[in-house]
Amino acid sequence: MQLIYEKCRGRRAVTFDALDVPEVKLPEALLREKPAELPEVSELDVVRHFTHLSKRNVGVDSHFYPLGSCTMKYNPKMAEAVAAYPGFAWLHPHLSTVPEYQAKCQGALALVYELERLLAEIAGMKASCIQPIAGAHGELTGVLLIAAYHRDRGNTHKDTIIVPDSAHGTNPASAAIAGYKVLQVPSNAQGLVDVEKFKEALNDRVAGVMLTCPNTHGLFESNIREIAELAHSVDALLYYDGANLNAIIGQCRPGDLGFDVMHYNLHKTFGTPHGMGGPGSGPVGVGERLLPYLPGPRVVKHEDRYALEMPEKSIGRIAAFFGNFLIAVRAFAYILHLGDEGLRDVSRMAVLNANYILARLKGAYKPAYPGTCMHECVFTASPQAAQGVHALDIAKALIDCGFHPPTIYFPLTVKECLMIEPTETENKETLDAFCDAMLEIAKLVETNPDSLHAAPVTTPVGRLDEVKAAKELNCAKLQ
Amino acid sequence: MSWIPATETERRSMLDTVGAASLEDLFASIPAALRMQSWDVPPGRSEMAVSEYLGRLSVKNDVCSVNFLGGGYYDHFIPAAVDALISRSEFYTAYTPYQPECSQGTLQAIYEYQTALCRLTDLEFANASLYDGGTAVFEAATMSMRVTRREKVVVHESLNPVYRKMLETHAANLGVEIVSGENPEGAACVIVQNPSFLGTVRDFTNLAAQCHAAGALLVVSFYPVSLGMIKTPGAMGADIAVAEGQSLGQPLGFGGPYLGIMTTRKECVRKMPGRIVGQTVDAEGRRGFVLTLQAREQHIRREKAMSNICSNQALCALRALVHLSLLGKAGLQEVATACHSKAEYLKKKLGFAQIVNDGPTFNEFAVRLPKKAGEAAAKLLAKGFLAGLPLASVGAGQDNDLLIAVTEKRTREELDAFAAALEEASCN
Repeated sequence: MQLIYEKCRGRRAVTFDALDVPEVKLPEALLREKPAELPEVSELDVVRHFTHLSKRNVGVDSHFYPLGSCTMKYNPKMAEAVAAYPGFAWLHPHLSTVPEYQAKCQGALALVYELERLLAEIAGMKASCIQPIAGAHGELTGVLLIAAYHRDRGNTHKDTIIVPDSAHGTNPASAAIAGYKVLQVPSNAQGLVDVEKFKEALNDRVAGVMLTCPNTHGLFESNIREIAELAHSVDALLYYDGANLNAIIGQCRPGDLGFDVMHYNLHKTFGTPHGMGGPGSGPVGVGERLLPYLPGPRVVKHEDRYALEMPEKSIGRIAAFFGNFLIAVRAFAYILHLGDEGLRDVSRMAVLNANYILARLKGAYKPAYPGTCMHECVFTASPQAAQGVHALDIAKALIDCGFHPPTIYFPLTVKECLMIEPTETENKETLDAFCDAMLEIAKLVETNPDSLHAAPVTTPVGRLDEVKAAKELNCAKLQ
Repeated sequence: MSWIPATETERRSMLDTVGAASLEDLFASIPAALRMQSWDVPPGRSEMAVSEYLGRLSVKNDVCSVNFLGGGYYDHFIPAAVDALISRSEFYTAYTPYQPECSQGTLQAIYEYQTALCRLTDLEFANASLYDGGTAVFEAATMSMRVTRREKVVVHESLNPVYRKMLETHAANLGVEIVSGENPEGAACVIVQNPSFLGTVRDFTNLAAQCHAAGALLVVSFYPVSLGMIKTPGAMGADIAVAEGQSLGQPLGFGGPYLGIMTTRKECVRKMPGRIVGQTVDAEGRRGFVLTLQAREQHIRREKAMSNICSNQALCALRALVHLSLLGKAGLQEVATACHSKAEYLKKKLGFAQIVNDGPTFNEFAVRLPKKAGEAAAKLLAKGFLAGLPLASVGAGQDNDLLIAVTEKRTREELDAFAAALEEASCN
């Protein structure tokens, strides 16, 4: 398919009325030499181009998308509609900055206040802050809060964050960007944090411990209270990576488990769209210890008026305003609609659906760990790989069957990993169709493995040459 | 329950397949003492009720006043086709294109976005997006530190004070020395903004040369719409250009989602944060696009990655691309010309106030009023104008200073009426 730049014929899409004031130019030396070579196409050219591009994508609306760890649940249309209300979508953020203007954004400030309260309650935290713009940004914020706590207490020797080997790559990366050394602890044979190894790693230099629970093996860290007590015994704080909150929402709460700080992924747990890679939203929640350090300014309520205050010990601004506010609006609508019982049902059905897939596939694919799982099931395709069919081949074959593949080769702790997260919004027919396809592929591994190496054959392009891409590094059509 | 389709019968049958007696059994790995007892979450309400409630909240917000408020975020026109195309769910319900064969729409769009931003800034490489203008400044600072192996960052007075605060928050535990000024000696980079926070347009070509002579990088934070007219970061010799991309088709949205833009020179691309899309071919020689240089990223390099960024603002990048495609080569110049000409028209009408800027401005300028800017702004609000940003509210000026922004949306009648109302409010 042509690039939009290859469709230029000197046409115009948007035009403007003639200037109603005299035209003025800046001094010559401050002007750009020649105009940027942007597309010169008609409006219909643009609409056709991007409509055709959209058809070269699959999304949750068109396909089952069991991408493990990403919680690709249905994105309700109601949430899209309310986020587009002009009173939210067109609202200038600096209305919140200027005291004289704050009366003109009370509805938006009320929403921030209410959502932050609900998020805190859902996770058993004292307070939350919606400033962080994405999950990893929330992680960084959380680790900066831990750093502020230790700085305040004079814990200047603390320079290390512990992260399990099953963690998302963002955990060690966020810790490093917040200025910490990273110490990795291994998982045990059951797929959980090895508590003995954790004890060996733990010492007075440890500032914090980042855990995902359930972890990326889809398993609940059942020793969590012991881990929390051990961490707290050296004044290390416990960080909850909210990537997998969907598994436990309404069943147990990170705050009650002993976590001091966490981030939420509104685009995972609370049904907001993933937008081809973002915008997401990564609010942080904190317990008592970190409450004074939350990013600010914060929305506070004085009787029936909302205003902004910078907490005295705040780490400051992590975003210019309220993060991805329009994503927060969607999450707020989602929470209000599902409510108490609906949110509890989210985790029940997310977990049942994952276990259903596990039960149907475990005869043909090897589960990475024994027993039931939480919201996602993890298999190793090592037996298939021994027959020449790798996790990658299985993923590509699934595309030809009409499914987005699961996450592959993550977590790094599982060889030839297939990580399947169905979410609660999928119906049984879809799960059955997916399982049938997986079982069919497993049969092909036995009978005709070569046929799987050609997949996918139904897509606009076949497997692409990634080495060539990195070597030639053509990342823009400059002329 | 809406959005959760399983019927009681189906639940029963699936539990049988799993071999569990009840849904409760599936949570047996959570120690009983840790199970939640109760929470203060209200009962669910219908779509109709929730939509009504949010509607009532939304109308408490003022989006009807005639808008002269900028400060880095502007009330620009967004063509209807932007929202129409962004609303295609093949885009917004997809995720990061880990499987390129079924994500060519996303990948080609990002390649086209990267192309647009390279052409706009006169630099060679762009990433697929960062979070926003402020975090892009932080990423540019740490990228400069990786390139130069230095730990000092110099911030020019032109930079948005909110970005400066965000830089300080993000870098708080990194041992980075952040100093004010423009002396590049021993620094990883000098960060400037053009036009400045107060709207002044400068040529930083000489500063770029001084930076390079001192082994430092020049980072330019730019305002995308202004590049329809003014000299580009690339032409000035900038090494990294970053921007808040809100002005490219993103609704004001009370602060987000916005778009962090970053472009750079070829020599620095391997130290750039964020996802990058590259062109390649499949086995049959068909052109296709993939994520490339992934060894820079957290999912491969973990604590040694260039950045912790994972989710970015890809849909906002698509918005920017569609917006720029609709405006086109001529349209962006026309928008820039209209913004500048209308601002200059207004500036001439405000003879009663002192202009604070010390040079030419693009579409925003600061005036010193005869009275407190907040008081004048409150009076103007009563007359239906958002008068601008009182600079003291962001710690960037005196009590009487007001930052006024003008976009292509303002008409001559609005400019005349606003000038008269501001004069009345500040002189009486």
